[in-house]
Amino acid sequence: MKILAIESSCDETAAAVVEDGRQVLSNVISSQIDLHRLYGGVVPEIASRKHIERINQVIRQALDDADTELEDIDAVGVTYGPGLVGALLVGVAEAKAISYARGLPLVGVHHIEGHISANYIEHPELEPPFLCLVVSGGHTQLAIVEDYGKLRILGSTRDDAAGEAFDKVARAIGLPYPGGPEIDKLAREGNPQAITFPRARIDGAPYDFSFSGVKSAVLNYLNHHKMQGKEIEKADLAASFQQSVVSVLTDHTMRAAEEFHMDRVAVAGGVAANQCLRKAMKEACEKRGLTLYYPSPVYCTDNAAMIGVAAYYEYRNGTRHGWDLNAVPNLKLGEH
Amino acid sequence: MKILALDSSGMAASVAVVEDENMLAEYTVNYKKTHSQTLLPMLDAAVQMIQLKLDTIDAIAVASGPGSFTGLRIGSATAKGLGLALDKPIIGVPTTQALAYNLFGAGGVVCPIMDARRNQVYTGIYGFENGHLEILEDQMAADIYQVIEKLNALKRQVIFTGDGISVYREVIDQNIQVPAEYAPAHLNRQRASAVAALAMEYLKAGRVQTAAEHRPEYLRMSQAERERQERLAQKEGSS
Repeated sequence: MKILAIESSCDETAAAVVEDGRQVLSNVISSQIDLHRLYGGVVPEIASRKHIERINQVIRQALDDADTELEDIDAVGVTYGPGLVGALLVGVAEAKAISYARGLPLVGVHHIEGHISANYIEHPELEPPFLCLVVSGGHTQLAIVEDYGKLRILGSTRDDAAGEAFDKVARAIGLPYPGGPEIDKLAREGNPQAITFPRARIDGAPYDFSFSGVKSAVLNYLNHHKMQGKEIEKADLAASFQQSVVSVLTDHTMRAAEEFHMDRVAVAGGVAANQCLRKAMKEACEKRGLTLYYPSPVYCTDNAAMIGVAAYYEYRNGTRHGWDLNAVPNLKLGEH
Repeated sequence: MKILALDSSGMAASVAVVEDENMLAEYTVNYKKTHSQTLLPMLDAAVQMIQLKLDTIDAIAVASGPGSFTGLRIGSATAKGLGLALDKPIIGVPTTQALAYNLFGAGGVVCPIMDARRNQVYTGIYGFENGHLEILEDQMAADIYQVIEKLNALKRQVIFTGDGISVYREVIDQNIQVPAEYAPAHLNRQRASAVAALAMEYLKAGRVQTAAEHRPEYLRMSQAERERQERLAQKEGSS
């Protein structure tokens, strides 16, 4: 079964063809990052405009790369939330029109379910149940994947997403957007123990996250030094900040694995490409005899292949959406 | 020639199928419901009513702007998806031209006004010569007083149409110096049948696009781009 998948929830216009849920026949991503860098972050209206300019070419390319025509496609999958509403709407309207015109089933996909499903692409042996940490510029969630399309959320962020904190700290020390990879790079030259930043715990919610505290601590640190006219060692700051975020992420995940007796742990989302996080998770998992999974960087950041994988399992679970499918910017996990 | 047309540029959502001089179906809803939820079900209803085989259409027409940015993109992405799936060309019809076409054959000039917020209207000034739409002022975003000035200078009778009437009627009444009328309910909103009828002219003239190249005409930059340009201009001015 071949699924044409479309993703436009933020600043990547993406399309893919995925066969039988696990085989990626094509994965086309048109990134707008250079454009948004001028503004220090994603500008929703510009993102929406770029999506509509690129979407047909991206879909065409995905079909060509897969050596496939629309006649061979069995269903259309599309991200319908969460994300930027104007950006989502382009993909949703396009996907609906294609599936309508070709008489194909339409499967709306939750963006986070897509990120989690990215782990299936390169790990054929991975099947639920497993524990998954989803970390990106817009999301931070710890969940047990009980079955395909069936999640039990253990914790979420109370404020900033992990990736968002990376972007904001990067901006404060003059690094370009997107800040995550920049911090990761700079941190390699710094001492992660140089500065102690807070590691937030939330009373009564052991698996929830909060990153606004560490972000504020970094900004205060910067301000304080600026007022005293002191030089800042940016690499040390980046390394120490990153260490603080990574240790909270790893710590929460390990405690959850222990409490819920999970022997397999997966990481997903854009921040899953972070080298420091990968290393920390690897060490922690090895120490406890857990198996760690994470996707290649291209499947960590937004892409449509992961949406095609998630759409396949949703399709198998019977999910079908109507022609009135709308974009849902704050779509909750587990809603359909 | 059979054209399937969409207009979701404003509050009204509208779909139509027109074959040569016959309108086979039109479905227009002017009610505050998201176009994302209504447009395709409306199209599906119209298609079913007339037992239309989608692959028999020659082109897809869409109101290409100006209008609500999001609304334009819903219409545009729907048209582009249909165009890609059916391998049909797209005809982008400027929104204010299609609005003016509602009043085909009017003796004076037609002035569509759409509320564009920020004290502006999306507008244009049109006339009809020898059975064709004539562009006297191409579509633009403009201050209503500027538009009234232009109309006064033309010294011709004018008919206003569009959702801007309810916002600016008083200002117009007070400042217009030529005979002015306001289009009645059945002619004063976007209608896909008018988009299709005008698209027929475009099609005959070969003014078609591929589904891939079609994009909306916003007539305005995004706020972020505008502010950035202002900042850059200021920098240049001060250096």
